[in-house]
Amino acid sequence: MRHVSPALAIAAVAAACGARAEPLELEQDELKFGFIKLTDMAPLAVAYELGFFEDEGLYVTLEPQANWKVLLDRVITGELDGAHMLAGQPLAATIGFGTAAQVVTAFSMDLNGNAITVSNDVWRALKPHVPVGADGKPLHPIGAEALKPVVESYRESGRPFNMAMVFPVSTHNYELRYWLAAGGIHPGYYSPTDSSGQIGADVLLSVTPPPQMPATLEAGTILGYSVGEPWNQQAVIKGIGVPVITDYEIWKNNPEKVFGVTAEWAEANPNTHLAVIKALIRAAMWLDERDNANRREAVAMLARSEYVGADAAVIANSMTGTFEYERGDERPVPDFNVFFRYFATYPYYSDAVWYLTQMRRWGQIPEGKPDDWYAATAKAVYRPDIYLKAARLLVDEGLASESDFPWTSDGYREPTNDFIDGLGYDGRKPNAYLESLAIGLKGDDTASSNTLVTAQ
Amino acid sequence: MSTLIARVNPYLAMLGVGWLVPILKMAAGDSPSAQLRELARELGVPVAAMLLFLAVWAAVAARIETSLGALPGPSAVWAEARNLAAEHAAERSRRAEFYARQDTRNAEARAENPNAEVRVRRYTGKPTYLDQIFTSLKTVFTGFVLGMLVAVPLGVLAGLSKTVNAAINPLVQILKPVSPLAWLPIVTMVVSAVYVSADPLFEKSFITSAITVTLCSLWPTLINTALGVATIDKDLMNVGRVLKLNWPTQVFKIVLPSALPLIFTGLRLSLGVGWMVLIAAEMLAQNPGLGKFVWDEFQNGSSESLARILVAVFTIGIIGFLLDRIMLAIQAAVTHSANR
Repeated sequence: MRHVSPALAIAAVAAACGARAEPLELEQDELKFGFIKLTDMAPLAVAYELGFFEDEGLYVTLEPQANWKVLLDRVITGELDGAHMLAGQPLAATIGFGTAAQVVTAFSMDLNGNAITVSNDVWRALKPHVPVGADGKPLHPIGAEALKPVVESYRESGRPFNMAMVFPVSTHNYELRYWLAAGGIHPGYYSPTDSSGQIGADVLLSVTPPPQMPATLEAGTILGYSVGEPWNQQAVIKGIGVPVITDYEIWKNNPEKVFGVTAEWAEANPNTHLAVIKALIRAAMWLDERDNANRREAVAMLARSEYVGADAAVIANSMTGTFEYERGDERPVPDFNVFFRYFATYPYYSDAVWYLTQMRRWGQIPEGKPDDWYAATAKAVYRPDIYLKAARLLVDEGLASESDFPWTSDGYREPTNDFIDGLGYDGRKPNAYLESLAIGLKGDDTASSNTLVTAQ
Repeated sequence: MSTLIARVNPYLAMLGVGWLVPILKMAAGDSPSAQLRELARELGVPVAAMLLFLAVWAAVAARIETSLGALPGPSAVWAEARNLAAEHAAERSRRAEFYARQDTRNAEARAENPNAEVRVRRYTGKPTYLDQIFTSLKTVFTGFVLGMLVAVPLGVLAGLSKTVNAAINPLVQILKPVSPLAWLPIVTMVVSAVYVSADPLFEKSFITSAITVTLCSLWPTLINTALGVATIDKDLMNVGRVLKLNWPTQVFKIVLPSALPLIFTGLRLSLGVGWMVLIAAEMLAQNPGLGKFVWDEFQNGSSESLARILVAVFTIGIIGFLLDRIMLAIQAAVTHSANR
């Protein structure tokens, strides 16, 4: 019996806003959420700092986690009630790649926000292969074609070309692989017996936790990495590397982090879940309000040691609509971090399906699956129904407007070809999409330790 | 007077303030020149060495350029220590505001419905540096006490019986050198599997860290207890036999008192090991103590991070030193009474 007072608190807030909604009866009001030190955890920090959680009667503790694996395991064991997750994590957990568990998401935390950085040496070798624009600066976006001769020269001299991403099922892994493959460089396959993901690889990819990326690059263990902010701008400012491309340029407005909870938790705490999603939607709206007007304030919040903790200047570099590539080469990327516009927080099935196609493409899903399997898996993990319920409550309370949410969507975005290689993607036809990708498993292909077996 | 000084002398030395002795002696009227020489050695040399260390540190640190800026010198570390204290104060006032807001809400709830059930929820903000120090101390003592409860009885058994000793000796020798980093994944998985409760009294990360401390720190106590018991004067044991003392009386009246000095030597070593191991355990188990502080700051990678980590390094060192002194004082007191 813990629910009465928070419910009344919500009612009081709602009354103050001129509308009165039915108060939610919370099953639980003391919650602990995990996050990784990345700028895209911002909705959680904002919801806490601006009191959006408390407005819902929620008493939330935010706790940074050591790495993505620890974070997921602690959500599964119940030490954390929910967490800032990689979009691939709930999907992979549900289909049993890595730790198996039913994890769901009803809130997509942001779009874009990652980049690929290479070491200064690699940049020097790569730069001559990049076309130059009229202003004398390198022409963006830079394709992996420019990296190819560098990778080849490493191979000729017998040195491995190592790059890092943050987790096997991370957006960063798939973006890095997409970019490399689009430029004709093979990033390697996974197989049930070989989880290194390096079968047949031209570039060897491995896992490094985001905050350690700059230090690992500096140590020379890796030659480049794909990671979220502020760790690319950190490399620029510390002078240890150069970001070559943002994920916005690889796939315009690609879905990134999600807020994940276990299916069991969502089942047991439906009203608490709604209250959390409401607070997060308000935080996301605040972050994008009036053309990113609140971003400076958000940067100051994130720079505190209990959140991201990096220097405010580093965080501000990417959070306020610009992105610095080479030292001094700062370019506008207004949509580098998108938290709310373009319906960013709605959990689209088509986004889930894209991640599943990439898992299949690189062998994390070892066998071919029919199109309806992709749709069913997406539906089991992504929960727009919960999202829209929370949105409806906000609209009724006068805290959001009707036009902020895609009420009539069937969960699939319009087919798009906003990729660096211009290929089209339609979430309803995953197998056709896999066929269209030059490098990657398709149909009934399987990857085994030494060779790629192409099905007849 | 001088006999009094001679009597407190060992205790002062133990507390690390042996330099008080020459001052006391001078006050008591001893020849100043000899006492000044003594004072210079007892106090002057350590202070000079410390100053030299600070100077070398300041000079060397400025030359080491990392990607997070130059390695912080003593003044940067001192500034960061004060900063942490200020953050502690700021966080405490945020906590007061949190409770005030909650009180208002609860009052409103009561106004609207006098029967409303209101609860006070714990503050949800971040733990401050001071909180983290106390978490670490709590964890290390939990692990240490658990280890003691296992190691002392087992050590007594091994000391009394050559058979038991032969049985456990190989195991002890194999398990003793294992690093906490190797134990931790196993402990984590076992704790997750075994410690299941809807409303747990302790955080899993706390239990994991404490048990890792136990596993790494019980060995010195076990070995020293066994040694202490095995080397008890045979005459004493024979007295017990002649008097036909029953087994518990023999253990509590003869064995334990005689073995106490070595048991405490073991405990002191164990606490030292436990404190050292704890930091590593907390880093990986994410127990919110000093280890997690260091890890989080490393992850932050801001221009203050290194200075903050160095504050933690000194905190860990000073606390470790104090723990050792406390155990040494207890050990000395026990040895003294045992020898009486």
